[in-house]
Amino acid sequence: MSVDLSQFLQTFFEESFEGLDTMESGLLELDPERPDPETLNNVFRAAHSIKGGAGTFGLTAVSDFTHRMETLLDRLRDGQQAVTPDAVNVLLNAVDCLRSMLAAIQSDQALDADAISTAQRQLDEQLGQTPTGTASGASGPAGDTGGDRGSAGGGGDATPPSGGGGWWIRFEPQPHLFATGNDPRRLFLALQDLGELEVECDTSGLPPFEQLDPETCQLAWTLRLYADVTEAAVREVFEWVEDDARLEIRPLEAAGTEPAAAAEGGAAAAVAAEPAAGAEAAAPAGGEGRKSAARRGGAGGGGSSSSIRVDTEKIDALIDMVGELVITQSMLSQIGKEFTAERLEELQDGLAQLERNTRELQENVMRIRMVPISFAYSRLPRIVHDTSRALGKAVDFQMEGEQTELDKTVMEKIIDPLVHLVRNSVDHGIELPEERAAAGKPETGTITIEAYHKGGNIIIEIADDGRGINRDKLLGKARAAGLVEDGSELADEQIYDLIFHPGLSTHDQATEYSGRGVGMDVVKRNVRSLSGNIHVRSTHGQGTTITISLPLTLSILDGQLFRVGDQTYIIPLVSVIESLQVDASKVSRVTSRGEVYHWREGYVPIVRLHELFDTEPVRRELGGGLMVIVEDEDTYLGVFVDDLLDQQQVVIKSLEANYLQVPGIAGATILGDGTVALILDIAGLIEMSRGGRRQPYIPDREDSDEAA
Amino acid sequence: MQAAADGDQYLTFTLGEEEYGVDILRVQEIKGWQRVTPIPNTPHYVKGVINLRGTIVPVIDLRERFGMSAQEYSKFTVVVMVRVVSAGGRERIMGLVVDALSEVYTFQSEQIRPAPEFGAALRTNFLRGLATVDDNKMVIILDVDELLSDEDLAIADDQSRIAAVVRADSEGGTEHGND
Repeated sequence: MSVDLSQFLQTFFEESFEGLDTMESGLLELDPERPDPETLNNVFRAAHSIKGGAGTFGLTAVSDFTHRMETLLDRLRDGQQAVTPDAVNVLLNAVDCLRSMLAAIQSDQALDADAISTAQRQLDEQLGQTPTGTASGASGPAGDTGGDRGSAGGGGDATPPSGGGGWWIRFEPQPHLFATGNDPRRLFLALQDLGELEVECDTSGLPPFEQLDPETCQLAWTLRLYADVTEAAVREVFEWVEDDARLEIRPLEAAGTEPAAAAEGGAAAAVAAEPAAGAEAAAPAGGEGRKSAARRGGAGGGGSSSSIRVDTEKIDALIDMVGELVITQSMLSQIGKEFTAERLEELQDGLAQLERNTRELQENVMRIRMVPISFAYSRLPRIVHDTSRALGKAVDFQMEGEQTELDKTVMEKIIDPLVHLVRNSVDHGIELPEERAAAGKPETGTITIEAYHKGGNIIIEIADDGRGINRDKLLGKARAAGLVEDGSELADEQIYDLIFHPGLSTHDQATEYSGRGVGMDVVKRNVRSLSGNIHVRSTHGQGTTITISLPLTLSILDGQLFRVGDQTYIIPLVSVIESLQVDASKVSRVTSRGEVYHWREGYVPIVRLHELFDTEPVRRELGGGLMVIVEDEDTYLGVFVDDLLDQQQVVIKSLEANYLQVPGIAGATILGDGTVALILDIAGLIEMSRGGRRQPYIPDREDSDEAA
Repeated sequence: MQAAADGDQYLTFTLGEEEYGVDILRVQEIKGWQRVTPIPNTPHYVKGVINLRGTIVPVIDLRERFGMSAQEYSKFTVVVMVRVVSAGGRERIMGLVVDALSEVYTFQSEQIRPAPEFGAALRTNFLRGLATVDDNKMVIILDVDELLSDEDLAIADDQSRIAAVVRADSEGGTEHGND
């Protein structure tokens, strides 16, 4: 029987990465003084399933590595070994190492042998502290990817260590064992890690060949484990199959009188050797699976997982809704068949119901893409842990609103900025314990990240109770860099916004944790690219709060509709500051060409959209006309339009997919009557108004045939 | 270009007196003329975009693309939706506005003769070749990938191009050399 395992490989990777996240957050939660047994159990279970999965797919290097972690975790769990910060760190490193191993295997790249052996050595050192010795001795060498260890069962000529203790085990699985995803061979391999193992297969339960169902387990086994381990350790191997099998474990001495079944020994060895051969066959299959998984990953683009885990509740809700939709549809078609004027009201009711169904269905389909922000949160405790440790700071990190949902694409793009901001808070915000004590604050600083919904947006706030931004120092630096003119006064908010300016750091020198990788300017750009906003509030000496506001989804936006000529356009509502009727007396000219409008103590340039877009307007006279003041990154623009229409949600469609990128146009949408309306790109519009390019962008490509 | 044993099929349409053909496998669907949404600052022959079942598809007027006199659109005006593959392997759907549909012909690859050279003044790279039907009618086989390259979609070019080629050829029937 051969099963193509590769199809499950991707799931294995996904689950393993999730397991690693669980392990990491569990380890970070561990309080060395009062380790929570449940947390340790969780971490252990995650390691255990990765090990099991890796074994199934023949990823021996991974399963061996995980085995060591598991052994260490087990000892911590049993209290054989104290939970020390060192042990936790070693395990965290091991989690990192395992993550990169899995990532390397997934993308079909070579494993980093050095990193693995370092992590392994650290684990062994930890393990070496209690001299049981059996477990560390049992693991194979690093990078051993062969299936050779699969010969567990072939113990026909293995001589049991004389006089050693051990266990006699009778294992009679129920026929449905395989259906629960368990493989006896894995169990035996795990036992073999504990010590010398003899496996004897009892084939008496097998039906005649014609009646054989390869998916049921009709075998039973008698095993002898020559190892000085506790019964609990043996039981634990069978932990997952306890409910699916009859299990008997006795000390070997007591079992000595059991029928030896020596005559069957040969047959048993032969049967047991079969899984071993299977293991060798599974290894190349696993390799192939890796390749195809990597290909799939490549096609998906950029390694980020393209699948999504959806709460079954959401799917149930969708199914209910589709049910309702079908009922409405049949009701409408019924009316349609026998329509009379008297039934008009009925028809209208039906249509109203259809509209409601459609809207609900749309909302719920969108919800499928919504994932809780805890995914983005998961990396943060580690960042805080590592950074604060390296900088000698004490930080209490709190996460709130973990169940707040946002679009998967948005979430993937917000992770890096969040990581950066949190790291920044530790590095720049929180002071050293002695500084804090001197300032009369508790030695441990607090960083809080909170996510919540507000209107159609999701708000993420990162707050610390650190030293705050030194307003004057920042302003001084900005002046020195020529960003702010001497003598000009800025509002606090404007000053704090300066930290997003590239090349402006309040830190006097770059540390390991700042001044490299993404800077605050990149953070801001990322947030803007998601049509979001970012703001800083800070009180010197008391802390800084950074607030990010993001749209819930990237595919729908709230728009202000308006007309120029015979065309309808849409401005994203987030960019609209206000709409006003032009007061001719407030219009001035600069060098008789550029027009500006006196607005809120300042002047905004006026842009006539029909000029930028080279179309025929209905109205050319500014005075009494309508203008929309729009903003992008603190730049304001007055867009002169013919007529303002209503505001509505629009679905964003790509213009580039079948055409090209056009300056000033962010995309298109389809209006209620089926026609297409263009959505303006405010940043692009501002650039155009300053004489930027107008023609569509030709994608980067060698252009030679026009040369002739 | 590969031809099956029984030849490839071409959908033909007319622009004025001329008949043009495109590989039928590139034709996604045929629609009547509908109102388009113009895209600012694009070549004049890019008429705008339409909603093709939820995707935004540009529509190109082939008459104007070839520098022929524009014609008023009527209910007989046809938009042929074709699949275009650009240099980077990127696939797009675009609409071609033509006067009317004509026929579906099957041509063996050897029936399609290379288009003559017209010199530097005229680009002929979007001509896959010329085929003859019924001994006297010429069908101009278009290479839609070249016809609708990114440059053509972005930058308005000279208007003379192929029209002159075609007229010279269909009237005189002789092949011109380089000027």
